[in-house]
Amino acid sequence: MKKWLPYIITGLLALLPLIGLSTYMMHILILVIMWTVIGMAWNLLGGYCGQVSFGHAAFFGIGAYTAGILYFKTGLSAWWGIPLSIFFVSVASLLIGYVTLRLRGPFFALGTLAIGEVCRVTAENLRDFTQGTLGIMLKERTWIDKTWYYYIILGIAVFTFISIRKIINSKLGYYFVAIREDQDAAESLGINTTLYKTIALILSGVFTGLAGAFYMNYMGYIDPEIVFALHDISIITIMVVMVGGVATFWGPVVGAVIMVLLAEMIRSIPRLGVAHQTMFGILLILIIIFLPNGIVGDFSKIRKFFRFGRAG
Amino acid sequence: MALLEVQNVSRFFGGLAAVNDVSFGVNKGEIVGLIGPNGAGKTTLFNVINGFYRPSKGEVIFKGERISGLKPHKICKKGIARTFQVVKPLQRMTVLENVMASAFVRARSRKEAEDAALELLEFTGLIDDRDLVSKGLPLGKRKRLEIARALATGPELLMLDESFAGLNPTELNESIRIIRQIKERGITILIIEHHMKVIMSISDRIVVLNYGEKIAEGPPDEIGRNPQVIEAYLGEAHNA
Ligand SMILES: Nc1ncnc2c1ncn2[C@@H]1O[C@H](COP(=O)(O)OP(=O)(O)O)[C@@H](O)[C@H]1O
Ligand SMILES: [Mg+2]
Repeated sequence: MKKWLPYIITGLLALLPLIGLSTYMMHILILVIMWTVIGMAWNLLGGYCGQVSFGHAAFFGIGAYTAGILYFKTGLSAWWGIPLSIFFVSVASLLIGYVTLRLRGPFFALGTLAIGEVCRVTAENLRDFTQGTLGIMLKERTWIDKTWYYYIILGIAVFTFISIRKIINSKLGYYFVAIREDQDAAESLGINTTLYKTIALILSGVFTGLAGAFYMNYMGYIDPEIVFALHDISIITIMVVMVGGVATFWGPVVGAVIMVLLAEMIRSIPRLGVAHQTMFGILLILIIIFLPNGIVGDFSKIRKFFRFGRAG
Repeated sequence: MALLEVQNVSRFFGGLAAVNDVSFGVNKGEIVGLIGPNGAGKTTLFNVINGFYRPSKGEVIFKGERISGLKPHKICKKGIARTFQVVKPLQRMTVLENVMASAFVRARSRKEAEDAALELLEFTGLIDDRDLVSKGLPLGKRKRLEIARALATGPELLMLDESFAGLNPTELNESIRIIRQIKERGITILIIEHHMKVIMSISDRIVVLNYGEKIAEGPPDEIGRNPQVIEAYLGEAHNA
């Protein structure tokens, strides 16, 4: 049963648009799947390899701008940005890794946070290239209907899911976890920690960048404040994984569902809407205190709680 | 030519000479004991040999090739593996996964890594614990896990840093048996040990450090009679 779960879920998701969901529902589904991709990507680097990044907006934004600038400067379809982002995000990840991966633990986290902000400020100021704060807008979106966008992001998600599952179960996966558990021990056991941390960063960056390139096409508009956002991208990415369960395979999926739905719910409450970041902050604190391993990681705890609840 | 040659190696920390102009060799197939009081510089010497520290002076030669200055993972691939005095298990990995992670250094497939790891767990008597998370292992088993993990990298020289400390008599005998069998597998051993009876019985040769300097080198019986050694080390151990 467990083995078939991914196929069953993919199958159901593929059939979902056929039942005629509202445009709004499709939008929510697309966001959930997109955040699943970003969460899985972050989890590879932060959860499995133990390098906690506070700057994933950098990869998301570079992916988005690859598509945007390509479209704006050459007139080619922004969809080409999806394959092209793999190249540009890899190069950027290599540079980012070179700067940040020599730092350990909290210093790495701060380093990536700074990188994310540097990317945002750079995009704001390289006006000839990025249009600065004006942003980049597609003159027209490819489809009015959301169905095809849905299938494209689903395709990206399936690709990400299969790739990461393969990686985790291979030599790379063992090396990543070994590095997370003890970098010195890993190094002394013959693992080139610098190399494998860089590989984890590039892989994580590339999957995040794919989501970014998709976002450009889907939303039809980007600016530096949106795609390089510290709160709305980098922090939410971490929350998706923490709520779902760090270093668990299904954690990012569960986290993405909860975070997207929660964001929509909070936004729809008239006066609380503007305070959604505060609400997320409170949620994060509660999660850290009561479910430090996330919903998937602490599932047995949750089940026990409800069983006790019923008995008492 | 010796398998490992430590040539005039010094390592300074600020003004402190943790290792001071130490030279010795380890021949293929030998068990060499490295002893000395606490703070004598034994672990620091391991850290220099395995590449965590660069020597401040001197060099380390392995199989005729200079290795000092290489990164630890390179030195490991050349055939030197080590254990840690303060054990460093990969805590949230199972015992099997711990050993597999290092077996991947040589293995070409997952199956090969798993087979190699299982064989070593059998060898070190940890096979029944293979699916336990290593965080939960008692100290004796953690020390053996360190050995299994180091062996999984396929070393020619195995460096053991106090692998016997804190073991009960049964565990101690088990570990001594394992060390002897490792030697039979053709692996050369450099071992730091405080347990005098153990080191005297298993070593072919012993090197003694005191305040970072080598004060004696020779076969166990000779070392046991050396007045300088008795003064520096054995005396302290007897008083303790
Ligand atoms: N990283 C370090 N920085 C500063 N001093 C150190 C460091 N590592 C070891 N020392 C010092 O070097 C000396 C030798 O330590 P060590 O090699 O651990 O001794 P041993 O293993 O023989 O007990 C000690 O005085 C210790 O405090
Ligand atoms: Mg020591």
